[in-house]
Amino acid sequence: MSPPAVLVRGLVKRYGDVVAVDGLDLEIPAGVCFGILGPNGAGKTTTMEIVEGLLAPTGGEVAVLGRTWARDAGELRERIGVQLQETVLDPLQTVRETLTLFGSFYRRCRRVEDVIADVGLEAKATARVKALSGGQRQRLAVGCALVADPEILFLDEPTTGLDPAARRGLWDVIGRFQARGRTVVLTTHSMEEAERLCDRIAIVDRGRVAALGTPDELVARVGGEEVVELSTDPPLDVATWRAVPGVREATVEGPVHRLVVDRVADALPAVLSRAASSGARPVRLATHRATLEDAFLAVAGRSFADAEAAARPGEAS
Amino acid sequence: MTEPLLEPPPSSFVQLLLARVRDFVREPGVLFWVFGFPIVLAVSLGLAFREKGPERVPVLVVDAPEAAAARGALEASPLLSVRAVAAPGAADALRRGDGLVLVRPGTAGGAPTVEHDPGRPGAPAAAALAADALERGAGRKDVVSPALVRVDAPGRRYVDFLIPGLVGMTLMGGGIWGVGYGLVSMRVRRLLKRLAATPMSRRAFLGSFLVHRVGLALVEVCFLLAFGALAFDLRIAGSLADALVVGLLGTLAFGALGLLVGSRAQNMETANGLMNLATLPMWLLSGVFFSTSNFPTWLRPVVDALPLTALNDALRLVVNDGASLAACAGPLAVLAAWTAGSFAVALRIFRWV
Ligand SMILES: Nc1ncnc2c1ncn2[C@@H]1O[C@H](COP(=O)(O)OP(=O)(O)OP(=O)(O)O)[C@@H](O)[C@H]1O
Ligand SMILES: [Mg+2]
Repeated sequence: MSPPAVLVRGLVKRYGDVVAVDGLDLEIPAGVCFGILGPNGAGKTTTMEIVEGLLAPTGGEVAVLGRTWARDAGELRERIGVQLQETVLDPLQTVRETLTLFGSFYRRCRRVEDVIADVGLEAKATARVKALSGGQRQRLAVGCALVADPEILFLDEPTTGLDPAARRGLWDVIGRFQARGRTVVLTTHSMEEAERLCDRIAIVDRGRVAALGTPDELVARVGGEEVVELSTDPPLDVATWRAVPGVREATVEGPVHRLVVDRVADALPAVLSRAASSGARPVRLATHRATLEDAFLAVAGRSFADAEAAARPGEAS
Repeated sequence: MTEPLLEPPPSSFVQLLLARVRDFVREPGVLFWVFGFPIVLAVSLGLAFREKGPERVPVLVVDAPEAAAARGALEASPLLSVRAVAAPGAADALRRGDGLVLVRPGTAGGAPTVEHDPGRPGAPAAAALAADALERGAGRKDVVSPALVRVDAPGRRYVDFLIPGLVGMTLMGGGIWGVGYGLVSMRVRRLLKRLAATPMSRRAFLGSFLVHRVGLALVEVCFLLAFGALAFDLRIAGSLADALVVGLLGTLAFGALGLLVGSRAQNMETANGLMNLATLPMWLLSGVFFSTSNFPTWLRPVVDALPLTALNDALRLVVNDGASLAACAGPLAVLAAWTAGSFAVALRIFRWV
């Protein structure tokens, strides 16, 4: 049997007093699309860069394609493709020049025109990097990771800052790559992206894996099937809601109470009558099926809610 | 989707070198610093120190009736240029350097005074010339009257001295800033980290910086020497090929220094500080504008060990004195030592992330 694409055991990375990764274990089988999710500062980038052989771990073991960085760095670099969270490509080179340059580092590389077509930059092939939009730059960065048709593609927040169409464009690129049995490891803050692309997901929090499984498994772990989101005036406390029959779990996010229930149709009348009997008027009410996001909030709790709110300041209500 | 076609790639060294060249020609500001700046300096300094016939020593004399005799005596000398100043502002005019000496009439018909600051270059000689003119005006008879014979020595004008110094300065700036700045800006943009994630040959990468610098240096040397020849009638006493070899060795030394300076800095501020730290002492000490023989003897070993001093000395030996490369062995050895030392340290401490 072929070795797992990535195997991480007891990984630790410290920066002085800061513990960025704190005993993390991962096993990523070949051929899957693996998502690493978690709040800002959880240690996703640090983990990725250690696995990519760019940072030395403080402790723990890492094997990529059954090999270690200490012994087989040269060969591993030929076989993986990497997109880093914060690289700024040379602004004075054109798209074609950039891809040609990256291709030249490998023993064998794809035709530059094929890569350009793959990431949908045909119209920008002769444009300089500084003249590209953020989304086009991001696609070029992914193109650079694909020039040598790697066995594993590492993507660190590849779709952050992209418009919905550009995002879907990149999903297609990743999907086509994975459809050929290749391995993808990606981090993202987008639940939709994780649900759409990932076969398996690890939720990382404070440098450890807090939950692991397929998206469905993670959602099932929330317990209930559906979620009621409700704001009342005046607000009621969580314990009040937990006592309502049919409510499995209740959390608060700012003014919004998030109630996990088995069936909305059964639980909603009880929830509303409890609000009425407590003298609270419902201000906002919404229901939806339990999603990965609900799974997250259950696992990474408050720290994730804070991170989400910080990432979308415009949407604060 | 079908399996993609894989091909043997183009040479990574050539691609890296092309990227360097494109970066250079696509950034017009850099072109100015490399070619425009030394020319501006050469023109302005060349004009400021242009040969203006025989040089006259500037002398101030107090504008007063009692000083008329002294003034006449001074003006009779072909070596002095005399300017009268009003008594109240006379001391200030001397301090400002309007003249090297200030002649005042003697009080109550006594001998005139020649005021000067002996610490100011040329002032003691100017005072002696003024005293001589005053004596002569008062009727002193010359006894020996040695003949003053004028000689023309090619390659001894200030501009002849200046241009090799500007070549050296340009090569230093290009090496340290070009390589150091290039590397640090790539590190700041996390591009070095991205490159480190590929199987890119480290040797090809660093080699592309050096080869680009050397190519550019050869153009710079030819360009500045040609400019000197056309604009200032600079005559290259030695061989141009030797001058290019010297320039190449200097470029390697400064390229290696740039590599060293840029080997670890994590942000532009640190990098700028380090690069100023490396270049400023050499601007001041390495005899770009004035001969290093003016420095006190105890400082000379330090000055002579600097790579820019070595490069300037070797360039002047070849360009002004027509020396062979063998005659430049000393300075060239200093350059080789800097190259080897900087390289060895830089490769050891270089960081990609
Ligand atoms: N070079 C460094 N020096 C000191 N601390 C660091 C360094 N790099 C990362 N850290 C710290 O390590 C922790 C993990 O950072 P990391 O970049 O891995 O988080 P992340 O999960 O990728 O976050 P994000 O979602 O914001 O990208 C953070 O607390 C960060 O401040
Ligand atoms: Mg990150």
